[in-house]
Amino acid sequence: MPRVSVEVDGVKYDDDVEPRLLLAHYLRDRLGKVGTPIGCDTSNCGACTVLLDGMSVKSCSVLAVQADGKDVTTIEGLGDGHGLHPLQQAFHEEHALQCGYCTPGMIMAALDLIRENPDPSDQEVREGLEGNLCRCTGYQNIVRAVRNAAGAMRQSPAQEEATR
Amino acid sequence: MTAAPEIGSARLRSEDAKLITGQTNWTDNIQLPGLLHVAFLRSPVSHARITRVDVEAARQRPGVVAAFSGADFADEQGSLPCAWPVTEDMVLPDHPPIAVDEVRYAGEPVAVVVARDRYAAADALEAIDVDYETLPAVLDMEEAIKEGADLVHSDKGTNQSYEWVFEAGDIDAAFRDAPVVIERRYIQQRLIPTAMEPRAVVCSVVGDEYTMWSATQIPHILRLMLATVTGIPEHRLRVIAPDVGGGFGSKLQVYSEEVICLLLARRLGRPVKWTESRSEGNASVHHGRDQIQRLSLAAEADGRIRGLKVDLLADMGAYLMLVTPGVPLLGAFMFNGIYKMDAYTFKCAGIFTTKTPTDAYRGAGRPEATFGIERLMDELANELSLDPLEVRRRNWITHEEFPYDTIAGLTYDSGNYEAATDKATELFDYDALRAEQAERRERQDPVQLGIGVSTFTEMCGLAPSRVLGSLAYGAGGWEHASVRVLPSGKVEVVTGSSAHGQGHETAWAQITADRLGVPFEDVRVLHGDTGISPKGMDTYGSRSLAVGGVALYNACDKVVEKAKRVAAHLLEADEKDIEFAGGSFSVRGVPDQTRSIQEISLATFAAHDLPEGFEPSLDSDATHDPDNFSFPHGTHLCAVEVDTETGFAKIRSYIAVDDVGKVVNPLIVEGQVHGGLAQGIAQALYEEAVYDADGNLTTTTMADYLVPSATDLPTFTTDRTETPATTNPLGVKGVGEAGTIASTPAVVNSIVDALRPYGVADVPMPCTPERVWRAIRGGGPEHSPRPGAGGGLGSAGGEA
Repeated sequence: MPRVSVEVDGVKYDDDVEPRLLLAHYLRDRLGKVGTPIGCDTSNCGACTVLLDGMSVKSCSVLAVQADGKDVTTIEGLGDGHGLHPLQQAFHEEHALQCGYCTPGMIMAALDLIRENPDPSDQEVREGLEGNLCRCTGYQNIVRAVRNAAGAMRQSPAQEEATR
Repeated sequence: MTAAPEIGSARLRSEDAKLITGQTNWTDNIQLPGLLHVAFLRSPVSHARITRVDVEAARQRPGVVAAFSGADFADEQGSLPCAWPVTEDMVLPDHPPIAVDEVRYAGEPVAVVVARDRYAAADALEAIDVDYETLPAVLDMEEAIKEGADLVHSDKGTNQSYEWVFEAGDIDAAFRDAPVVIERRYIQQRLIPTAMEPRAVVCSVVGDEYTMWSATQIPHILRLMLATVTGIPEHRLRVIAPDVGGGFGSKLQVYSEEVICLLLARRLGRPVKWTESRSEGNASVHHGRDQIQRLSLAAEADGRIRGLKVDLLADMGAYLMLVTPGVPLLGAFMFNGIYKMDAYTFKCAGIFTTKTPTDAYRGAGRPEATFGIERLMDELANELSLDPLEVRRRNWITHEEFPYDTIAGLTYDSGNYEAATDKATELFDYDALRAEQAERRERQDPVQLGIGVSTFTEMCGLAPSRVLGSLAYGAGGWEHASVRVLPSGKVEVVTGSSAHGQGHETAWAQITADRLGVPFEDVRVLHGDTGISPKGMDTYGSRSLAVGGVALYNACDKVVEKAKRVAAHLLEADEKDIEFAGGSFSVRGVPDQTRSIQEISLATFAAHDLPEGFEPSLDSDATHDPDNFSFPHGTHLCAVEVDTETGFAKIRSYIAVDDVGKVVNPLIVEGQVHGGLAQGIAQALYEEAVYDADGNLTTTTMADYLVPSATDLPTFTTDRTETPATTNPLGVKGVGEAGTIASTPAVVNSIVDALRPYGVADVPMPCTPERVWRAIRGGGPEHSPRPGAGGGLGSAGGEA
């Protein structure tokens, strides 16, 4: 079995994995990083989105071996260990979640979106999150949360950097 | 000092903390020592006799612990329960959790594998050999009830499960010589609920004690039903619904996989886990809607309704599940909507097909009914050249007329349709949009503007037990709550209604904080575990607040009554003279002598000095059985731009003014409305479960079944009027389904309204660009794509 060396939320792991093992299952079943849920099997829903070397990927469509030598950030790695990341704070304040199943993926996708576009419009947020489905909120509060978080992150870029 | 009231305040949700940090306890997260993984082999065909199932090769695969066919469980798997036998002669076929002799829908379980991990289990499915002898698929309800039709259940001799009839008033008189009769046939397409969290089950056995974790809306009902099906005594089975990622009715069910996981744990003596993949879920989670509606409405020349005839065919799918047959009947009480009429008949036939079973999906019977009547009202307005709001005004129950006994036999306790409509039309700028519409029509703009109206009500807060009894429902409709006041004065609330996104933990703490005068932060809400919450009827039908919230309210009052006795004793006063406000007990006229509820709690715990005969506890519980349903209502207005050249319909603005009675948390209410709108709009524009001619579901993935994304939905404007319910002390009505019920007809009405000049009277749902385009080209006089006479749309012209 191939060996992968991967850093997840600041912790280094070396593991033998089946070549076909999905990153999502590696995170959940092998590492116990169950903060990243799985919502579909065709990479449409985005619930399993994580950052791979800072770029958002759907971890159900990445093999664990493809993460070899890379850095993975999940929802569990956000925040500075004490407080919430501005995106987490904004999702809470804007009531941008109900059941919360899509939320980890939505937040991770939004993080990448804001990295590319620090001041997105409503429409740009909607387009940027098109690959992440939510069944509870109708998206309106998610859009507001992401824009508010983007504003907060522009105000204090250091905090954004701390989560990278 | 009295704190600001919690009820009505936009508290941020306490449940968010775990959900935004990935600390959630989804069922699939659960790990147990020795946990085995389960995978199901499912029928790849719509209808077939099973002549052989060979699981031997699967058993030999590495990592496989066991593999079984349906025959291996034949003696113990029983039949999945249907708790709603709507008529005495209802045809109720056996429904084995794993098919034994015959499969009747693509996706039905045929065999099961248990292995060391999910990959090994999935691999082993490929080694199972099944021989199918194909039987005719039964897909079309109207064909299925014809003489000599192929049968879903050949031993039953019919594809009709039941016919249920309701009649009120003299319907013949209403239609006799009626100046206007509108007859329409509408299709409620089949939908897949698509909660974001796929279903999952974990089951463990220790000795003869069973624990099941399931992504379910109904831990209490599930426990009782599983005990009944498997013979495991109810008190030996604990069911836990941990964090549950949405339901929308799809997790209001007793599923094959739950029964089989329990039987596997029993047979193997090992804990097992099953997590569905989305593509197996789309085929095997129960579906929603799926009706053919044949509607006739008789009216006076001034638009006043005389009578309404409803004739439904409702697709049950292949089997009757927990409440399958009753779902369309909930519409029987709602087809009359908010309107007065002299006569009404409702007839519904439940039909078997070789498709996935249907059951409750957000709104359950009421969206279908509301769609029917609200579409008819627009047709009536068009027939009489009246504004659609005007024809509704001429028929609706006015606010002075409440309580109002409807033609369908319900008593609407309260409402104010005028106020909601006035607010909605003002926010929408109705007159300006009508002017723009006229102007676009005038200049034959290829992008036409449509305005859709939906003035709806719904019955929720399920439900008065006596009403459920009269409808042959298999259980009551009460809800339970208990309040535990801890020695430190902190409070634990236990509710029988468990949330899966609705925010109970926050809202219930708000109610408790107000009623007991304790800080919001001092209340913890527990739910979703039969070991913690011993009684409950669970979460569906927008019942949690109107039934469970009232149970909590009553339980809090009992705590206060108990505490009053202790306070009177400690303050050396007569109990009659004790006043309670803001968490503090005082003697009337002696305001400086007080005891806080926390002090009373501690005194009760110590029990050193209590009134004679006082049982040392403030803990209280209450079970509330409502006297009536509650009736949220509202007016929704949708403006849509329809590109007549491409058929693409884009919602430009959407106004929802809802009246859900008193609001405990406006933030949560707004969120529920948003999500409801998204699902109702999705039915109008995007979603449909599609079967091919052979009965294969072709929308098994999220690539095929179009749950809308952020770009597919507009920004909503939501507002409220507040007419308190008079049937409960909180004045609350319920909000879980209102948005879904109201929005589908608003959207379709807007599209049809845009296309009236093209002779379009209907567009079947979902109103995809192709369907809209075809309606334009096929719907007008002489099949002209041009609006009215002398049109000239250029590129939209040509062959129809």
